Amino acid sequence: MYVQDKSIPIRRVDVTKNETTDHHELLELIALNRDKEAFEQLFVHFAPKIKALMMKQSSDADTAEDLMQETMLTVWNKADKFSKYRGSVSAWIFTIARNKRIDGYRKQGTKHYHDIEDLELSDDATDSEEQVISNERDRMVSDISKSLPPEQKEIIEMSFVNELSQTEISKTLGIPLGTVKSRMRLAYKKLRKSVEDVL
Amino acid sequence: MNINHHPDETTLISYAAGTLDEAFAVIVSCHLQICETCRETVRTAELIGGTHLEQSEEVPLSQGSFGRLLEKISVEPSTEINNQQSVGELTLKTKKPKHEWSELPLALQSYLKTNIEDIKWKRLAPGVSHHPITLSENANSSLRLLRIAKGKQMPEHGHNGHELTLILQGAYQDKFGTFAKGDIADLDTDVEHQPKVISEEDCICLSATEAPTKFKSLLGRILQPIVGI
Repeated sequence: MYVQDKSIPIRRVDVTKNETTDHHELLELIALNRDKEAFEQLFVHFAPKIKALMMKQSSDADTAEDLMQETMLTVWNKADKFSKYRGSVSAWIFTIARNKRIDGYRKQGTKHYHDIEDLELSDDATDSEEQVISNERDRMVSDISKSLPPEQKEIIEMSFVNELSQTEISKTLGIPLGTVKSRMRLAYKKLRKSVEDVL
Repeated sequence: MNINHHPDETTLISYAAGTLDEAFAVIVSCHLQICETCRETVRTAELIGGTHLEQSEEVPLSQGSFGRLLEKISVEPSTEINNQQSVGELTLKTKKPKHEWSELPLALQSYLKTNIEDIKWKRLAPGVSHHPITLSENANSSLRLLRIAKGKQMPEHGHNGHELTLILQGAYQDKFGTFAKGDIADLDTDVEHQPKVISEEDCICLSATEAPTKFKSLLGRILQPIVGI
């Protein structure tokens, strides 16, 4: 049965103040206190977006809802692991949703993704300073993503949102595979530069 | 381990997006274990995924969605976390994951379930043998271990699709350079090469393909149906 640790003071998080930072706080509350209200705040923010991401793969709303629930269940169960993840909360939840999509829709193994995740988590890495940097990086990536030239933005979205392979993108857009790759490289170069500027 | 050849940046971005087919994703995972540079690229690319999740449209949830999730949590308070912890503890005690390969890469171990010396090699041609690795039923790619004898030169061949090769043991040389343990050859359609093993031991590679390999020479074309690559 779920028992809350009463020795740790309960804080409510106002996610309207600084969303990225406060998502960290919400996860911390879930990890330390098994705080269901904090989990609900995170759920309200992310669940409809995760379901939308799932529905890019299939119009079946029931399957999308199930995979969203599985994603959020993993967020609850692995909240304590997040402190060592070197990225933003949204990137971490994206990776969980990505693995559920591969499992659920493509029905392919994802054990190798988990192996690398476990490896990263075994590192003596990440502290609050690292988290601040990761928040800043996330903000920069978000800004740059919005300002990419349309043809590069399209490739990145088809890849990360529609989960199309490079070959599928090439066929869908009727452009050579090499063009898909070069646009992807150009987009990544800009994003990478923005990330490096933060460091 | 001194790594000189990495996956193409677009391969790493596709890995982060989750769009690589299983065989390719397994090989990238094997390389990531020992390559901090590529791990950093994947982490950066995952930030793009996070950004798109944040910017995503919202789809209404079914009625009582959060309540049902809470029920799952209450019924199975921490099944996943307990499993993870027990697996994690076991991992820490017996084989703490490291940024180096003990014998085989972590990501390959769960597929192979055997040591490299216990692999049952199937001979394809003099000096060339392979060991196909079973993937999920829905995989659209093939994964195999290839063992090429010391001094052996493969027939010149091109590729009908993307091919990713990770060197696990030994080394080979082709027009792109020398590929040794940990290196990845990330070859696209229509790239032709003629690798020759230059190490004192057999060269063992993990290879992912999405389409049959096309050999240029007559010997290669004869070999292809036998090789099955």
